[in-house]
Amino acid sequence: MSALLELSGVSRRFGGLTAVAKVDLSVEPGEVIGLIGPNGAGKTTLVNVITGVHRASEGTVRFDGQDVTTLKPYQAARRGIARTFQIVQPFPEMTVAENVAAAAMFAGAARHGREANDVAHEHLGFVGLAEMADTRAASLTLAMRKRLELAKGLAMRPKLLLLDEVNAGLNATEVDHALSLIRGIASRGITILIIEHLMKVVLSLCTRIVVLHHGELIASGTPQSIVRDPRVIQAYLGRRYATAESAAHG
Amino acid sequence: MRKSALFAGVLFALIALLPLGADAYWLRLGTTVLMYGVLAMAWNFIGGMAGYPSFASAAFFGLGAYTGAVAQKLGVPMLLAWASAGTMALLFAALLGLALLRLRGHYFAIASLVVAEVLRELVNASTDLTGGGMGLNLPVPKDATITSQAEFFFYSMLALAVVTFAAMLAVKHSRLGFGLRCIQQNESAADMLGVNTTMYKVAAFVLSGVFVGVAGAIYASWVHYIEPPDVFDVLYSIKAIVMVLLGGAGSVFGPLVGAALFLSLEELVWRNYLQVHTGVLGLMIVLLVLFMPKGVFSLRMRRKGRA
Repeated sequence: MSALLELSGVSRRFGGLTAVAKVDLSVEPGEVIGLIGPNGAGKTTLVNVITGVHRASEGTVRFDGQDVTTLKPYQAARRGIARTFQIVQPFPEMTVAENVAAAAMFAGAARHGREANDVAHEHLGFVGLAEMADTRAASLTLAMRKRLELAKGLAMRPKLLLLDEVNAGLNATEVDHALSLIRGIASRGITILIIEHLMKVVLSLCTRIVVLHHGELIASGTPQSIVRDPRVIQAYLGRRYATAESAAHG
Repeated sequence: MRKSALFAGVLFALIALLPLGADAYWLRLGTTVLMYGVLAMAWNFIGGMAGYPSFASAAFFGLGAYTGAVAQKLGVPMLLAWASAGTMALLFAALLGLALLRLRGHYFAIASLVVAEVLRELVNASTDLTGGGMGLNLPVPKDATITSQAEFFFYSMLALAVVTFAAMLAVKHSRLGFGLRCIQQNESAADMLGVNTTMYKVAAFVLSGVFVGVAGAIYASWVHYIEPPDVFDVLYSIKAIVMVLLGGAGSVFGPLVGAALFLSLEELVWRNYLQVHTGVLGLMIVLLVLFMPKGVFSLRMRRKGRA
């Protein structure tokens, strides 16, 4: 099977700072990849390079068999790359349904307003926001806005969904709900790349984990192998986490 | 949308009856209201829908006025001269938009403000074509009476206002209008959802330019004499914005109502406070914007919300 997303030798520099350095990464269709690493490791920058917000200083990004290195965000969106933001970005003065309809209209190939509206209500039902459809997006709680972001992402009919810290700021119950939603999305066959700090989420969700440190990809493997990798423990997890893990597995 | 269109139809039909019972003064005032209505509605495309505070109206107005005037001077029939003014404004807005719309917020506002000044200097300098600082006289039709002239320009301006309004209504309910609303609320998020933001913004800017260009050309033919400080006056930009804010930026009738309200106030104040009229007018604008930041239409909405 050919890779859905393929980064080869991707670097991104801001002046003298190298935020992402020579990253090679290949994502197969149907994978749920966890992207972890300390703050400032370059995770969001990497997502920005994939979606075209920043252009790669070096290297190429291939998506679905085509070179997408130089595409603009709106073009990437139309090809099937959707992303949610770490800091949620709704259209505040529009209703919840209009927010999702916009995604269906401009990236999801809805032909007219009514079709976009139908699609919007379907996805709002899936994320559990059906009753909020006619509310202004600005009046939603943080947890609801995160779910709105998911619905918007889905309405774009993506092949690849990039989730940037969708669980940050949520309480335990809300995280569990988000987790089951993400599982539901993955079971529809959408490939997911998720940036996440909560190890519980990453370990229970992902088929593979890649670790970024100082802009470099230092490890890639199954969740079990990653938590035992000495480089990952040193760079990110910390020794206390490792001892607790080995004690638990025993 | 159908309700707005119907209401607008009745409104414009009533306005069209004005010449039946009005003297030259009311016709002149009516033509002026319609002209500023066009300026305000056109600004609504870029300023209201896309949320880009453009001060380029004066540039489009002057450009249209001079294009139309020079074309007429060269012997082009009047209607064709107006059309060429619209085309010129369209091309100019497209090129200018591609350059300026990379800027956001205040930077865009300031850049758009300078454009009229640049054009004014250019017109001043190219004396052979435009008459420079001497101004430009337009041909006066020989066999026309004052009343028939006044009625002709009134109906011309009315026709332009109807077309501008129809365009605004159509855009508001189209894919373009939806995309512009997304851009106005969060441009990066719109981009990420697949909205071609650059193209949409340029389209809004072109729409905001073309109708103003034609209005400028009609104005030039109407007053028979133009000079650079008159048609490149920054007040054309500022008044259009104030009118939209007065009427309410969100609604389709806002710009037109704002124009009528503003000009009535101006007329009233000017008559009664000859010495200090600009001061009084300024004060009224400040008070209106302070207490009705979303325009006169917000009063009705608020009452609806309470009930």
